[in-house]
Amino acid sequence: MKMSRRDFVKIGGSVVAMSLLGTNARAGAHSFEGYPDRYGMLSDLTRCIGCRRCESACNKANNLPAPETSFEDTSVFEEKRRPYVADVGSYTAVNKFEVDGKTVYRKVQCMHCEEPACVSACLVGALKKSPEGPVTWNEKVCIGCRYCITACPFYVPAFEYSSAFEPRIQKCFMCHQRITNGTVPACAEACPVEAITFGKRSSLLKLAKTRIWDEPDKYIDHVYGEREAGGTGWLYISGVPFSKLDFPMDIGTTAYPELTKDFLSIVNLTLVSWPAVFGGIYLMTKKDKKPHDKEAEELREELK
Amino acid sequence: MTDIEVEDLRKTETVEYWINELFFNKLSIKEYVKSLINPFNIIAGTIVLVGLAFIFMRFAFGLNQITDSSNTQAWGLLLGVGLFTGVPFSASGFVMGTAVYIFGLKKYQPVVTNAILLGFLGYLFAVVFLMTDLGRPWRIYYPMILSFGPASVMFLVAWHVALYLSVQALEFSSSAFEWLGIRSLRKLVIGGTLMLTIAGIMLSTLHQSALGAMFLLAPGKVHPLWWSSYMPWLFFVSALAAGLVYVIIVTKLTQMFMRHRADERYLSSLNDITLGIGKACALILFTYVGLRLTSITYENAWGYLTGPYGELFIVEFLLFAIAPLLFFYGVQQKSAGTVQVAALVTMIAIILNRLNTVYITFNWQLPHRELFYWKEVIVVIAVLTIEVLVYRWIVNRMPVLRQHPDFIGEEHG
Repeated sequence: MKMSRRDFVKIGGSVVAMSLLGTNARAGAHSFEGYPDRYGMLSDLTRCIGCRRCESACNKANNLPAPETSFEDTSVFEEKRRPYVADVGSYTAVNKFEVDGKTVYRKVQCMHCEEPACVSACLVGALKKSPEGPVTWNEKVCIGCRYCITACPFYVPAFEYSSAFEPRIQKCFMCHQRITNGTVPACAEACPVEAITFGKRSSLLKLAKTRIWDEPDKYIDHVYGEREAGGTGWLYISGVPFSKLDFPMDIGTTAYPELTKDFLSIVNLTLVSWPAVFGGIYLMTKKDKKPHDKEAEELREELK
Repeated sequence: MTDIEVEDLRKTETVEYWINELFFNKLSIKEYVKSLINPFNIIAGTIVLVGLAFIFMRFAFGLNQITDSSNTQAWGLLLGVGLFTGVPFSASGFVMGTAVYIFGLKKYQPVVTNAILLGFLGYLFAVVFLMTDLGRPWRIYYPMILSFGPASVMFLVAWHVALYLSVQALEFSSSAFEWLGIRSLRKLVIGGTLMLTIAGIMLSTLHQSALGAMFLLAPGKVHPLWWSSYMPWLFFVSALAAGLVYVIIVTKLTQMFMRHRADERYLSSLNDITLGIGKACALILFTYVGLRLTSITYENAWGYLTGPYGELFIVEFLLFAIAPLLFFYGVQQKSAGTVQVAALVTMIAIILNRLNTVYITFNWQLPHRELFYWKEVIVVIAVLTIEVLVYRWIVNRMPVLRQHPDFIGEEHG
């Protein structure tokens, strides 16, 4: 059977239309080396004294609502807090741990991953890894789907469930505005014991390793965030194992966008090959159905 | 010619008669409203009213009015049921469309319109659920024209659901045009059947698997017995089965409750069609069970079989394992009843699978989790009730379970 011109246009046209449609599906998923000179933070948990001045400074710098109890109140350490739970505005929280008789404080906030899960989850590109280092969020385009919350392995992004008209995604933005203005993020500036250091991520990594090298008995030999989830902008060093401080230890070292990359790479393949495959099957079965009618119809058309 | 007949002829031309004919099943408005008052409608109406009140609360005061969604568990039943469970069953349209229009399996022609309608409504209401759950639903079109996140699997889902909803609307529109008697538009749409069906295959293959791929980004959160790098393919294969069993079950329900809207061609073919679909289901589910076992071995997750999540998995898996055997047995015995039971078992297994993956086992490592806020359950039931009512409204009017007498012999393809 001859393929009629109309069938050809139909099938061929859908191939072209669909391949155009798929072209950009993978564009953002290619491997990413990271912006040069991006900033990061280093938390030295052996230095932190649990004064909560970082929390207070963060609250002020970001114009967040006043806390229920003052920032001097140490009773908050009785529970393990997460930033921004139940719409109580805070981008960071310090938690207290007793490990082998030692008291250790750990600051929790966005990790500012090198290749963030939330960024690869965001279908409108509201979340972005900025060239300066912080993971930022664009209120103008967020549709509130909350896939970022589902994807983040550190349980960081928070959503304002009690807001009907302008629910925002809330998390630490590493004081992006201050960084671009040339100032140090508020928490690092406020820390009285230099437990939080701000700087280029590459330098911070060297600093962390130098500290471990200089005092191998004081630190465990692990910079949390060097490789976790493909590397994070916020690094931690500690004197006790991270597993005892509620750090997620099952995250692995693969950057999260890699997890969906393989899937996204088949999109174009499917869009281009299916029309040919199924169009072909259609033409094969069509001949069996009513060859005479079809030929007669084509003959009629040619005679016209 | 008598006076009375002349009067009748004149009556057919009035707008009022046309409206009564099309919308009120040939009754006057008064008679029609009266015919609506029955126990089923009163219960359905009550559920819908309560649900709408809750949805109003949600849009006036925020999502926390109706859901327990939190900053650890961002998605609840609205998406768990409406999107992740609703969409696989809505594969009915594309699976049956492919069988009839691509593979030329004329045998399934009588149920194809119904399957497409079910698919279309499934997607339409998935969007309704999504709009209820989105923080800023008035921005739902942003990923289409304003701001792109092409590295996101959800970007793909959004595009494909939107496109496929339009494709299915067009596919079903031929029945609507028959109902309205618009011959020219109907012909135009039917001319596009092949292209629409192929578009449906492409979009469905990708977004059904993409719904699974979305959870590839949450490896530590979905329980290891459900999380697998095979998830896209598991979701896709089970969606094929879901679409088919949905057709079997709804077909049975129409046989019981919508008989008066069906024609002889539809009713007499159902036995054969049920058995035929049963054969396909047996094969698909054998494949699924094999793929599932392989995936768990591949991820080395058999060690998680203990504990409540392990038991939940065993229940779900047993349902999946029994179903193909039941289908096989039913087809061997030529028993449509057994095939229908098998379809029901499959349906339960797939619902359980989707809810387990995206909702019940999600965050299994966290100590304290809140599931099932009652208001969210009511909203879900209410929206599903609206879907049933819309389905009934359409079937009561348009040629879905029957051929329109004016268009017999002018089928698709």
